Amino acid sequence: MKPRSDYELSWWRRLVRFVDGETLADVERRAEELRETNAQNQQMVDKEAEHVFEQEVKEDREDRKRRLEIEHEKEAKALLEKYKNWPKEHGVRIFGRLYAVMAVVLCVAIIATLLVTVSYLPEFGSPDNPNNNEVVEKYNAEGLYDTGATNNVAGMILDYRAFDTLGESHVLFVAAVCVMILLRLELTKDGKPTDKKRAAEENDRLYEPKNDKILQLSAKILVPIIIMYGIYVILNGHLSPGGGFSGGAIIGAGLILYVNAFGFKEATKIMNRKNYAVISVVPLLFYAVAKSYSFFTGANHIESIIPKGTPGAIISSGLILPLNICVGIVVACTMYHFYTLFRKGGM
Amino acid sequence: MEFLEIILLSFLVVCAISVALSKNLLTSIVIFMAYSVIMSIIWMILESPDLAITEAAVGAGVTSVLFYITLKKIHAMKGEEDDETEE
Repeated sequence: MKPRSDYELSWWRRLVRFVDGETLADVERRAEELRETNAQNQQMVDKEAEHVFEQEVKEDREDRKRRLEIEHEKEAKALLEKYKNWPKEHGVRIFGRLYAVMAVVLCVAIIATLLVTVSYLPEFGSPDNPNNNEVVEKYNAEGLYDTGATNNVAGMILDYRAFDTLGESHVLFVAAVCVMILLRLELTKDGKPTDKKRAAEENDRLYEPKNDKILQLSAKILVPIIIMYGIYVILNGHLSPGGGFSGGAIIGAGLILYVNAFGFKEATKIMNRKNYAVISVVPLLFYAVAKSYSFFTGANHIESIIPKGTPGAIISSGLILPLNICVGIVVACTMYHFYTLFRKGGM
Repeated sequence: MEFLEIILLSFLVVCAISVALSKNLLTSIVIFMAYSVIMSIIWMILESPDLAITEAAVGAGVTSVLFYITLKKIHAMKGEEDDETEE
Protein backbone atom coordinates (compact mmCIF):
# COMPACT_ATOMS: atom_id res chain seq x y z
CA MET A 1 0.00 0.00 0.00
CA LYS A 2 1.13 3.45 -0.81
CA PRO A 3 0.80 6.20 1.80
CA ARG A 4 -0.99 9.35 0.97
CA SER A 5 1.17 12.19 -0.31
CA ASP A 6 0.56 14.33 2.78
CA TYR A 7 1.24 11.44 5.14
CA GLU A 8 4.69 12.78 6.10
CA LEU A 9 3.16 16.05 7.17
CA SER A 10 0.27 14.62 9.06
CA TRP A 11 0.09 15.01 12.85
CA TRP A 12 0.10 11.27 13.31
CA ARG A 13 3.42 10.89 11.49
CA ARG A 14 4.96 13.72 13.44
CA LEU A 15 3.82 12.04 16.65
CA VAL A 16 5.27 8.73 15.49
CA ARG A 17 8.60 10.39 14.73
CA PHE A 18 8.63 12.20 17.99
CA VAL A 19 8.00 8.95 19.75
CA ASP A 20 10.76 7.38 17.64
CA GLY A 21 13.28 9.90 19.05
CA GLU A 22 13.49 12.81 16.68
CA THR A 23 13.68 16.27 18.17
CA LEU A 24 10.91 18.69 17.65
CA ALA A 25 13.14 21.01 15.57
CA ASP A 26 14.12 18.12 13.34
CA VAL A 27 10.51 17.29 12.81
CA GLU A 28 9.78 20.92 11.97
CA ARG A 29 12.69 21.10 9.51
CA ARG A 30 11.71 17.90 7.89
CA ALA A 31 8.15 19.07 7.59
CA GLU A 32 9.44 22.31 6.02
CA GLU A 33 11.54 20.39 3.49
CA LEU A 34 8.69 18.15 2.64
CA ARG A 35 6.39 21.10 2.17
CA GLU A 36 8.92 22.69 -0.17
CA THR A 37 9.39 19.61 -2.27
CA ASN A 38 5.64 19.17 -2.37
CA ALA A 39 5.24 22.75 -3.48
CA GLN A 40 7.91 22.24 -6.12
CA ASN A 41 6.22 19.12 -7.26
CA GLN A 42 2.96 20.94 -7.34
CA GLN A 43 4.56 23.68 -9.38
CA MET A 44 6.00 21.15 -11.78
CA VAL A 45 2.67 19.49 -12.13
CA ASP A 46 1.01 22.84 -12.59
CA LYS A 47 3.52 23.85 -15.19
CA GLU A 48 3.11 20.63 -17.04
CA ALA A 49 -0.62 20.94 -16.89
CA GLU A 50 -0.35 24.48 -18.14
CA HIS A 51 1.90 23.37 -20.95
CA VAL A 52 -0.49 20.61 -21.93
CA PHE A 53 -3.37 23.02 -21.72
CA GLU A 54 -1.55 25.51 -23.94
CA GLN A 55 -0.72 22.81 -26.38
CA GLU A 56 -4.32 21.72 -26.36
CA VAL A 57 -5.49 25.24 -26.94
CA LYS A 58 -3.02 25.60 -29.75
CA GLU A 59 -4.12 22.36 -31.31
CA ASP A 60 -7.69 23.35 -30.80
CA ARG A 61 -7.08 26.62 -32.55
CA GLU A 62 -5.32 24.91 -35.43
CA ASP A 63 -8.05 22.39 -35.63
CA ARG A 64 -10.68 25.07 -35.79
CA LYS A 65 -8.64 26.87 -38.42
CA ARG A 66 -8.39 23.73 -40.48
CA ARG A 67 -12.07 23.05 -40.05
CA LEU A 68 -12.86 26.58 -41.15
CA GLU A 69 -10.62 26.15 -44.16
CA ILE A 70 -12.40 22.91 -45.08
CA GLU A 71 -15.72 24.62 -44.68
CA HIS A 72 -14.59 27.45 -46.90
CA GLU A 73 -13.41 24.98 -49.47
CA LYS A 74 -16.69 23.16 -49.27
CA GLU A 75 -18.60 26.37 -49.74
CA ALA A 76 -16.46 27.31 -52.72
CA LYS A 77 -16.97 23.87 -54.23
CA ALA A 78 -20.72 24.06 -53.71
CA LEU A 79 -20.76 27.46 -55.33
CA LEU A 80 -18.74 26.14 -58.26
CA GLU A 81 -21.11 23.17 -58.57
CA LYS A 82 -24.00 25.55 -58.50
CA TYR A 83 -22.48 27.66 -61.26
CA LYS A 84 -21.63 24.56 -63.24
CA ASN A 85 -25.09 23.10 -62.84
CA TRP A 86 -26.84 26.37 -63.46
CA PRO A 87 -27.24 25.80 -67.22
CA LYS A 88 -28.49 22.27 -66.53
CA GLU A 89 -31.03 23.19 -63.90
CA HIS A 90 -32.15 26.72 -64.56
CA GLY A 91 -30.64 27.55 -67.93
CA VAL A 92 -32.41 24.73 -69.70
CA ARG A 93 -35.67 25.66 -68.10
CA ILE A 94 -35.28 29.31 -69.02
CA PHE A 95 -34.18 28.35 -72.54
CA GLY A 96 -37.15 25.99 -72.84
CA ARG A 97 -39.56 28.70 -71.78
CA LEU A 98 -37.93 31.20 -74.12
CA TYR A 99 -38.02 28.62 -76.89
CA ALA A 100 -41.72 27.95 -76.35
CA VAL A 101 -42.54 31.63 -76.24
CA MET A 102 -40.46 32.38 -79.32
CA ALA A 103 -41.99 29.43 -81.19
CA VAL A 104 -45.49 30.66 -80.44
CA VAL A 105 -44.57 34.23 -81.38
CA LEU A 106 -42.94 33.13 -84.62
CA CYS A 107 -45.83 30.86 -85.50
CA VAL A 108 -48.38 33.56 -84.82
CA ALA A 109 -46.34 36.04 -86.87
CA ILE A 110 -46.13 33.68 -89.83
CA ILE A 111 -49.83 32.81 -89.61
CA ALA A 112 -50.73 36.49 -89.43
CA THR A 113 -48.54 37.30 -92.43
CA LEU A 114 -50.05 34.51 -94.46
CA LEU A 115 -53.61 35.45 -93.50
CA VAL A 116 -52.99 39.09 -94.41
CA THR A 117 -51.55 37.98 -97.75
CA VAL A 118 -54.49 35.69 -98.39
CA SER A 119 -56.93 38.48 -97.62
CA TYR A 120 -55.43 40.50 -100.50
CA LEU A 121 -55.90 37.63 -102.98
CA PRO A 122 -58.78 37.87 -105.44
CA GLU A 123 -61.86 35.89 -104.61
CA PHE A 124 -61.69 32.18 -105.34
CA GLY A 125 -63.31 31.21 -108.64
CA SER A 126 -64.48 34.66 -109.69
CA PRO A 127 -64.52 35.12 -113.49
CA ASP A 128 -62.46 38.33 -113.61
CA ASN A 129 -59.49 36.79 -111.81
CA PRO A 130 -56.12 37.42 -113.45
CA ASN A 131 -55.63 33.74 -114.11
CA ASN A 132 -58.63 33.67 -116.47
CA ASN A 133 -56.71 35.15 -119.36
CA GLU A 134 -56.07 34.19 -122.98
CA VAL A 135 -53.88 31.21 -121.97
CA VAL A 136 -56.77 29.43 -120.34
CA GLU A 137 -59.02 30.37 -123.22
CA LYS A 138 -56.57 28.90 -125.69
CA TYR A 139 -56.13 25.73 -123.68
CA ASN A 140 -59.86 25.29 -123.26
CA ALA A 141 -60.76 26.08 -126.85
CA GLU A 142 -57.94 24.47 -128.78
CA GLY A 143 -56.58 21.93 -126.34
CA LEU A 144 -58.52 19.07 -127.81
CA TYR A 145 -57.50 20.01 -131.36
CA ASP A 146 -53.84 20.54 -130.45
CA THR A 147 -53.26 17.50 -128.32
CA GLY A 148 -56.13 15.14 -129.08
CA ALA A 149 -56.65 14.42 -125.37
CA THR A 150 -60.11 14.63 -123.84
CA ASN A 151 -58.54 15.12 -120.45
CA ASN A 152 -57.32 18.68 -120.64
CA VAL A 153 -54.94 18.25 -117.72
CA ALA A 154 -53.12 15.37 -119.39
CA GLY A 155 -52.93 17.37 -122.60
CA MET A 156 -51.37 20.20 -120.68
CA ILE A 157 -48.82 18.37 -118.59
CA LEU A 158 -47.71 15.94 -121.30
CA ASP A 159 -48.01 18.12 -124.39
CA TYR A 160 -47.96 21.84 -123.75
CA ARG A 161 -45.90 21.50 -120.59
CA ALA A 162 -44.12 18.24 -121.33
CA PHE A 163 -40.77 19.81 -120.50
CA ASP A 164 -41.90 20.44 -116.92
CA THR A 165 -43.09 16.89 -116.56
CA LEU A 166 -39.78 15.56 -117.84
CA GLY A 167 -38.09 17.64 -115.16
CA GLU A 168 -40.46 16.27 -112.56
CA SER A 169 -39.75 12.70 -113.56
CA HIS A 170 -36.06 13.41 -113.31
CA VAL A 171 -36.53 14.96 -109.89
CA LEU A 172 -38.21 11.76 -108.79
CA PHE A 173 -35.41 9.70 -110.34
CA VAL A 174 -32.75 11.83 -108.65
CA ALA A 175 -34.61 11.48 -105.34
CA ALA A 176 -34.58 7.70 -105.75
CA VAL A 177 -30.87 7.78 -106.55
CA CYS A 178 -30.18 9.91 -103.47
CA VAL A 179 -32.10 7.52 -101.23
CA MET A 180 -30.15 4.70 -102.84
CA ILE A 181 -26.84 6.41 -102.02
CA LEU A 182 -27.95 6.84 -98.43
CA LEU A 183 -29.60 3.52 -97.72
CA ARG A 184 -28.47 0.95 -100.25
CA LEU A 185 -26.22 -1.84 -99.04
CA GLU A 186 -23.83 -2.94 -101.75
CA LEU A 187 -23.27 -6.42 -103.08
CA THR A 188 -19.77 -7.85 -103.46
CA LYS A 189 -18.16 -7.90 -106.87
CA ASP A 190 -19.36 -11.40 -107.76
CA GLY A 191 -22.93 -10.47 -106.93
CA LYS A 192 -23.17 -12.15 -103.54
CA PRO A 193 -24.62 -10.24 -100.60
CA THR A 194 -22.13 -8.82 -98.10
CA ASP A 195 -22.35 -9.54 -94.38
CA LYS A 196 -24.03 -6.20 -93.74
CA LYS A 197 -26.66 -6.87 -96.37
CA ARG A 198 -27.25 -10.37 -95.04
CA ALA A 199 -27.63 -8.98 -91.53
CA ALA A 200 -30.13 -6.43 -92.79
CA GLU A 201 -32.14 -9.19 -94.47
CA GLU A 202 -32.03 -11.30 -91.32
CA ASN A 203 -33.18 -8.29 -89.33
CA ASP A 204 -35.93 -7.64 -91.85
CA ARG A 205 -37.26 -11.14 -91.47
CA LEU A 206 -37.98 -10.37 -87.83
CA TYR A 207 -40.24 -7.56 -88.85
CA GLU A 208 -42.02 -9.38 -91.63
CA PRO A 209 -45.59 -10.30 -90.84
CA LYS A 210 -45.49 -14.02 -90.16
CA ASN A 211 -48.09 -15.40 -92.54
CA ASP A 212 -50.76 -13.07 -91.33
CA LYS A 213 -53.93 -14.74 -92.63
CA ILE A 214 -56.09 -11.64 -92.56
CA LEU A 215 -53.50 -9.53 -94.34
CA GLN A 216 -52.85 -12.25 -96.92
CA LEU A 217 -56.52 -12.78 -97.73
CA SER A 218 -57.23 -9.06 -98.02
CA ALA A 219 -54.09 -8.63 -100.11
CA LYS A 220 -55.17 -11.52 -102.35
CA ILE A 221 -58.46 -9.75 -103.02
CA LEU A 222 -57.20 -6.17 -103.10
CA VAL A 223 -53.83 -6.28 -104.87
CA PRO A 224 -55.17 -7.33 -108.32
CA ILE A 225 -57.89 -4.70 -108.10
CA ILE A 226 -55.45 -2.00 -107.04
CA ILE A 227 -52.94 -2.82 -109.78
CA MET A 228 -55.70 -3.10 -112.40
CA TYR A 229 -57.04 0.26 -111.29
CA GLY A 230 -53.57 1.76 -111.51
CA ILE A 231 -53.17 0.42 -115.05
CA TYR A 232 -56.59 1.78 -115.91
CA VAL A 233 -55.67 5.20 -114.55
CA ILE A 234 -52.45 5.22 -116.57
CA LEU A 235 -53.98 4.00 -119.82
CA ASN A 236 -56.94 6.36 -119.57
CA GLY A 237 -54.75 9.27 -118.59
CA HIS A 238 -55.66 11.20 -121.72
CA LEU A 239 -59.38 10.41 -121.46
CA SER A 240 -60.28 10.63 -117.79
CA PRO A 241 -58.73 12.17 -114.66
CA GLY A 242 -55.46 10.62 -113.64
CA GLY A 243 -52.32 9.93 -115.56
CA GLY A 244 -48.85 8.57 -115.22
CA PHE A 245 -47.98 9.83 -111.78
CA SER A 246 -51.26 8.95 -110.07
CA GLY A 247 -51.48 5.53 -111.71
CA GLY A 248 -47.84 4.80 -110.95
CA ALA A 249 -48.33 5.71 -107.30
CA ILE A 250 -51.37 3.42 -107.14
CA ILE A 251 -49.45 0.50 -108.66
CA GLY A 252 -46.55 1.17 -106.30
CA ALA A 253 -48.89 1.11 -103.30
CA GLY A 254 -50.38 -2.17 -104.56
CA LEU A 255 -46.93 -3.72 -104.93
CA ILE A 256 -46.00 -2.62 -101.43
CA LEU A 257 -49.17 -4.22 -100.08
CA TYR A 258 -48.33 -7.45 -101.90
CA VAL A 259 -44.78 -7.52 -100.56
CA ASN A 260 -46.03 -6.77 -97.08
CA ALA A 261 -48.39 -9.73 -97.14
CA PHE A 262 -46.37 -12.36 -99.00
CA GLY A 263 -42.74 -11.36 -98.49
CA PHE A 264 -40.02 -10.51 -100.96
CA LYS A 265 -39.49 -14.00 -102.33
CA GLU A 266 -41.96 -13.87 -105.21
CA ALA A 267 -41.64 -10.17 -105.91
CA THR A 268 -37.87 -10.35 -106.34
CA LYS A 269 -38.32 -12.61 -109.38
CA ILE A 270 -39.66 -9.66 -111.37
CA MET A 271 -38.37 -6.65 -109.45
CA ASN A 272 -34.69 -7.36 -108.94
CA ARG A 273 -31.78 -5.00 -109.30
CA LYS A 274 -31.11 -5.60 -112.98
CA ASN A 275 -34.73 -5.23 -113.99
CA TYR A 276 -35.11 -2.16 -111.85
CA ALA A 277 -32.17 -0.43 -113.51
CA VAL A 278 -33.59 -1.20 -116.98
CA ILE A 279 -37.19 -0.40 -116.06
CA SER A 280 -36.44 2.97 -114.50
CA VAL A 281 -33.89 4.25 -117.01
CA VAL A 282 -35.45 3.14 -120.32
CA PRO A 283 -38.77 5.01 -119.86
CA LEU A 284 -36.93 8.19 -118.92
CA LEU A 285 -34.72 7.93 -121.98
CA PHE A 286 -37.72 7.19 -124.15
CA TYR A 287 -39.50 10.20 -122.69
CA ALA A 288 -36.55 12.46 -123.38
CA VAL A 289 -36.09 11.18 -126.93
CA ALA A 290 -39.79 11.21 -127.77
CA LYS A 291 -40.33 14.73 -126.56
CA SER A 292 -37.10 16.30 -127.68
CA TYR A 293 -38.58 17.30 -131.03
CA SER A 294 -40.88 19.77 -129.32
CA PHE A 295 -38.11 20.94 -127.03
CA PHE A 296 -36.08 22.01 -130.04
CA THR A 297 -38.93 23.55 -131.98
CA GLY A 298 -40.56 25.45 -129.13
CA ALA A 299 -43.88 24.96 -127.45
CA ASN A 300 -45.92 25.42 -130.60
CA HIS A 301 -44.23 22.51 -132.22
CA ILE A 302 -44.22 21.52 -135.86
CA GLU A 303 -46.66 19.00 -137.22
CA SER A 304 -46.26 15.76 -135.36
CA ILE A 305 -45.47 12.59 -137.30
CA ILE A 306 -47.58 10.60 -134.91
CA PRO A 307 -51.27 10.73 -135.77
CA LYS A 308 -53.59 12.07 -133.11
CA GLY A 309 -56.40 9.64 -133.80
CA THR A 310 -60.01 10.16 -132.90
CA PRO A 311 -60.46 11.96 -129.57
CA GLY A 312 -61.93 9.66 -126.94
CA ALA A 313 -60.49 6.45 -128.33
CA ILE A 314 -57.93 4.66 -126.18
CA ILE A 315 -55.22 4.86 -128.86
CA SER A 316 -55.29 8.55 -129.63
CA SER A 317 -53.70 11.89 -128.78
CA GLY A 318 -50.29 11.09 -130.17
CA LEU A 319 -47.49 10.67 -127.66
CA ILE A 320 -49.50 11.28 -124.49
CA LEU A 321 -50.41 7.63 -123.98
CA PRO A 322 -46.85 6.23 -124.28
CA LEU A 323 -45.49 9.05 -122.17
CA ASN A 324 -48.10 8.34 -119.51
CA ILE A 325 -47.06 4.71 -119.50
CA CYS A 326 -43.40 5.74 -119.14
CA VAL A 327 -44.08 8.05 -116.23
CA GLY A 328 -46.30 5.45 -114.61
CA ILE A 329 -43.62 2.76 -114.80
CA VAL A 330 -40.96 5.09 -113.41
CA VAL A 331 -43.15 6.20 -110.53
CA ALA A 332 -44.32 2.69 -109.63
CA CYS A 333 -40.74 1.36 -109.65
CA THR A 334 -39.53 4.31 -107.61
CA MET A 335 -42.20 3.83 -104.96
CA TYR A 336 -41.50 0.12 -104.69
CA HIS A 337 -37.78 0.72 -104.63
CA PHE A 338 -38.14 3.28 -101.85
CA TYR A 339 -39.98 0.66 -99.85
CA THR A 340 -37.33 -2.01 -100.32
CA LEU A 341 -34.55 0.47 -99.58
CA PHE A 342 -36.20 1.52 -96.36
CA ARG A 343 -36.82 -2.03 -95.27
CA LYS A 344 -33.62 -3.87 -96.07
CA GLY A 345 -31.33 -1.62 -98.02
CA GLY A 346 -32.05 -2.62 -101.59
CA MET A 347 -33.82 -5.31 -103.53
CA MET B 1 -72.13 21.34 -99.91
CA GLU B 2 -70.67 24.39 -98.22
CA PHE B 3 -71.47 22.87 -94.84
CA LEU B 4 -69.52 19.74 -95.77
CA GLU B 5 -66.62 21.86 -96.94
CA ILE B 6 -66.52 23.75 -93.65
CA ILE B 7 -66.58 20.49 -91.70
CA LEU B 8 -63.76 19.06 -93.81
CA LEU B 9 -61.64 22.19 -93.56
CA SER B 10 -62.06 22.42 -89.79
CA PHE B 11 -61.17 18.74 -89.55
CA LEU B 12 -58.06 19.50 -91.58
CA VAL B 13 -56.99 22.18 -89.12
CA VAL B 14 -57.66 19.90 -86.15
CA CYS B 15 -55.63 17.12 -87.78
CA ALA B 16 -52.73 19.42 -88.58
CA ILE B 17 -52.55 20.70 -85.00
CA SER B 18 -52.93 17.29 -83.39
CA VAL B 19 -50.15 15.83 -85.55
CA ALA B 20 -47.80 18.35 -84.03
CA LEU B 21 -49.10 17.98 -80.49
CA SER B 22 -49.42 14.20 -80.27
CA LYS B 23 -46.76 12.57 -78.06
CA ASN B 24 -46.88 9.14 -79.66
CA LEU B 25 -45.22 8.96 -83.08
CA LEU B 26 -47.51 6.18 -84.30
CA THR B 27 -50.56 8.28 -83.48
CA SER B 28 -49.01 11.17 -85.35
CA ILE B 29 -48.64 9.05 -88.47
CA VAL B 30 -52.20 7.78 -88.31
CA ILE B 31 -53.48 11.34 -87.93
CA PHE B 32 -51.27 12.40 -90.82
CA MET B 33 -52.86 9.65 -92.90
CA ALA B 34 -56.30 10.95 -91.98
CA TYR B 35 -55.13 14.42 -92.98
CA SER B 36 -54.15 13.12 -96.41
CA VAL B 37 -57.48 11.37 -96.92
CA ILE B 38 -59.41 14.53 -96.01
CA MET B 39 -57.15 16.53 -98.27
CA SER B 40 -57.92 14.20 -101.16
CA ILE B 41 -61.67 14.62 -100.56
CA ILE B 42 -61.15 18.38 -100.58
CA TRP B 43 -59.26 18.13 -103.89
CA MET B 44 -62.24 16.19 -105.20
CA ILE B 45 -64.59 18.98 -104.11
CA LEU B 46 -62.28 21.55 -105.70
CA GLU B 47 -62.72 19.65 -109.01
CA SER B 48 -59.22 18.32 -109.39
CA PRO B 49 -59.60 14.54 -109.38
CA ASP B 50 -56.04 14.05 -110.64
CA LEU B 51 -54.64 15.48 -107.47
CA ALA B 52 -57.18 13.61 -105.38
CA ILE B 53 -56.00 10.26 -106.76
CA THR B 54 -52.34 11.16 -106.28
CA GLU B 55 -52.88 12.49 -102.77
CA ALA B 56 -54.73 9.36 -101.71
CA ALA B 57 -52.09 7.05 -103.17
CA VAL B 58 -48.96 8.94 -102.14
CA GLY B 59 -50.02 10.88 -99.06
CA ALA B 60 -52.17 8.29 -97.37
CA GLY B 61 -50.52 5.20 -98.82
CA VAL B 62 -46.85 5.22 -99.63
CA THR B 63 -45.63 8.01 -97.33
CA SER B 64 -47.32 6.49 -94.30
CA VAL B 65 -45.90 3.07 -95.09
CA LEU B 66 -42.42 4.55 -95.31
CA PHE B 67 -42.99 6.27 -91.97
CA TYR B 68 -44.10 2.98 -90.43
CA ILE B 69 -40.97 1.23 -91.63
CA THR B 70 -38.81 4.00 -90.25
CA LEU B 71 -40.55 3.77 -86.88
CA LYS B 72 -40.03 0.03 -86.85
CA LYS B 73 -36.36 0.39 -87.69
CA ILE B 74 -35.72 2.88 -84.91
CA HIS B 75 -37.77 0.74 -82.47
CA ALA B 76 -40.20 3.55 -81.76
CA MET B 77 -43.33 1.43 -82.04
CA LYS B 78 -44.70 0.28 -78.72
CA GLY B 79 -45.44 -3.41 -78.21
CA GLU B 80 -42.73 -4.39 -80.66
CA GLU B 81 -40.42 -5.65 -77.89
CA ASP B 82 -43.06 -8.02 -76.53
CA ASP B 83 -43.43 -9.46 -80.00
CA GLU B 84 -39.77 -10.30 -80.21
CA THR B 85 -39.49 -11.83 -76.74
CA GLU B 86 -42.40 -14.15 -77.46
CA GLU B 87 -40.60 -15.78 -80.34
